Amino acid sequence: MRPALLVLPLAAFILVTFVAPLAVMLGRSLYDPLVADALPETLRLLRQWDGERTPSEPVFETMAGELLKARRERTLGRIATRVNRVQAGLRSALLKSVRKLRSAPRPDSWREAMIAVDPKWAEARTWHAIRRAGERFTLRHYLHALDLDQAPGGGIIRQPPDLRIYLPLLQRTLAVSLGITLLCLLLGYPIAYLIANAPPRRANLLLLLVLVPFWTSLLVRTTSWIVLLQTQGVINDLLAAVGLIAEDQRISMIYNMTGTVVAMTHVLLPFMVLPLYSVMRTIPPLYMSAAASLGANFLQAFRRVYWPQTLPGVAAGSLLVFILAIGYFITPALVGGQSGQLISNMVAYHMQQSLNWGLAAALGGVLLGGVFLLYLVFNRLVGVDRMRLG
Amino acid sequence: MSGNSWGRVGRLGYLAYCSAVFLFLTAPILVIVPLSFNVEPYFTFTEGMLSLDPQAYSLRWYRTVAEDPEWLRALANSLVIGFAATALATALGTLAALGLANPAMPGRSLAMSLLISPMVTPVIISAAGMFFFYSDLGLAQTYPGLILAHTALGTPFVVITVTATLSGFDPNLTRAAASLGAGPVRTFRRVQLPLIAPGVISGALFAFATSFDEVVTVLFIGGLDQRTIPRQMWAGIREQISPAILAVATLLIAFALLLMLVVEWLRRRGNAKPA
Repeated sequence: MRPALLVLPLAAFILVTFVAPLAVMLGRSLYDPLVADALPETLRLLRQWDGERTPSEPVFETMAGELLKARRERTLGRIATRVNRVQAGLRSALLKSVRKLRSAPRPDSWREAMIAVDPKWAEARTWHAIRRAGERFTLRHYLHALDLDQAPGGGIIRQPPDLRIYLPLLQRTLAVSLGITLLCLLLGYPIAYLIANAPPRRANLLLLLVLVPFWTSLLVRTTSWIVLLQTQGVINDLLAAVGLIAEDQRISMIYNMTGTVVAMTHVLLPFMVLPLYSVMRTIPPLYMSAAASLGANFLQAFRRVYWPQTLPGVAAGSLLVFILAIGYFITPALVGGQSGQLISNMVAYHMQQSLNWGLAAALGGVLLGGVFLLYLVFNRLVGVDRMRLG
Repeated sequence: MSGNSWGRVGRLGYLAYCSAVFLFLTAPILVIVPLSFNVEPYFTFTEGMLSLDPQAYSLRWYRTVAEDPEWLRALANSLVIGFAATALATALGTLAALGLANPAMPGRSLAMSLLISPMVTPVIISAAGMFFFYSDLGLAQTYPGLILAHTALGTPFVVITVTATLSGFDPNLTRAAASLGAGPVRTFRRVQLPLIAPGVISGALFAFATSFDEVVTVLFIGGLDQRTIPRQMWAGIREQISPAILAVATLLIAFALLLMLVVEWLRRRGNAKPA
């Protein structure tokens, strides 16, 4: 049978159930038709606007008509939210104006009537915001996700420092992931060496100890860390019982960054040990003996002979741990508290709480791009077909 | 080994360090087990437990779980979704691995990268994408939607384990079968399948474990009716953490150990065969 025909069903399945959803998400981050569909005439008129003075009466009249229509079609709230995300404060201006105009008799001048309800309608930046919210294809979610903004006159500016949220979070995510990768290497390298050089029976037993956390449910492991680390938990009880800390000085080790780092290191350590072990297993112990017999002390022999040969394993394990760490969600969500949140948690927040799906999709797009690049490096350096489990 | 050049102290220090790492790996998981038998509603060892007083231990929390319709429903959901996703993932993944192992397969490494991608993509992104896409298709908050999602997340494990078994497979065996008059289906069933069975079963167990432990897609595309065990635990940890959760955790640890031992046994059996 032709081999491609065997691969085809799964490839098609992955394309439909997995790749298509990612494509839809990326589409959401770039395509936002809600305002464009609701205010088509207003946006058309605004294209001729000079961008500086308050627009003329026909713009106001058209928009009032389209807003009242949106209200009847029950999309007004969503439109107001979208515009508000471009410029804070416009949600209430929009809703207030529509409420007033609906109950009042038809005014002589829509322009004056709306400005009377909210003076924001006289400002040019309000209308810039409406124009930007009306972009059907837009980069504004990505600008937002990178703490950038479009200047009213065109051009891109950085958000003022106190409004920057996402870049610092991205930085934190990268720094924490790097720290966890190094911790895993520091903890994992020695035990991988021990397992690789142990007699077969003992090696098998030790390998099982590494695999226990690998197989245990993530939620179970997270629960364990809560039980151990919380202020009324096992470790604090122990420290207090032996008198190392007083009852009122119990240490907060969870629901903060410490909790995230400890629990994530525990979760990701097997992903470091297994690739290291599979490389170390192939290095004959004779090489180290040879170096020793030539007069090298242990550190010299390790640095010049052993370490270079383990680099493929170090690269594979580190890349794998780093890739998994930057996208981690469950552990920081459960034990990270306020300070231990990572970029994935922000994606979840905008998906489920703020319901700013465009921004969630753009943040997801940024994260996906980063993971994709690392995956390419991993593929180049290690090769996905050499990936082994257990 | 290099023990002689290390010096005794260095060697002992090294072993102590390694023991500490092994303790870090296993102790947090094991500490939950005795606590799940606590008679009191606490998450820490009571005086009675430490003095091994039998009165301090009980099966109280196990009874709570066994009598709670929500946990039972979650178990049923986990099993239904897990078995369906495992069956699909194993069938699709094994077929694909057979194709990928064939040297005549065009674009092999590209295909492999695509098929493995669900494993390396952050699950929050997969889940967000699935939320949008599956909602548009009316698959959100349905069993088929979750089964498809878990199948996609589980297939990479099947592909990897079966490909690994096949890498030690002698292609002359299929040729021999063909020359003796067996068709491709018969060759697969009588020659290839028995040889790759350990890999297929391991892959299936990995896929099942993935589904059985998956909570993010359940959070995003599952409804109240589709709450699984991990979803129920998630709620338990976030909302009101009751010792019942420790009983469930202990049962899950036992289950994980069982899965792990079966997979290890299969792997060693596969390795023991002359390649």
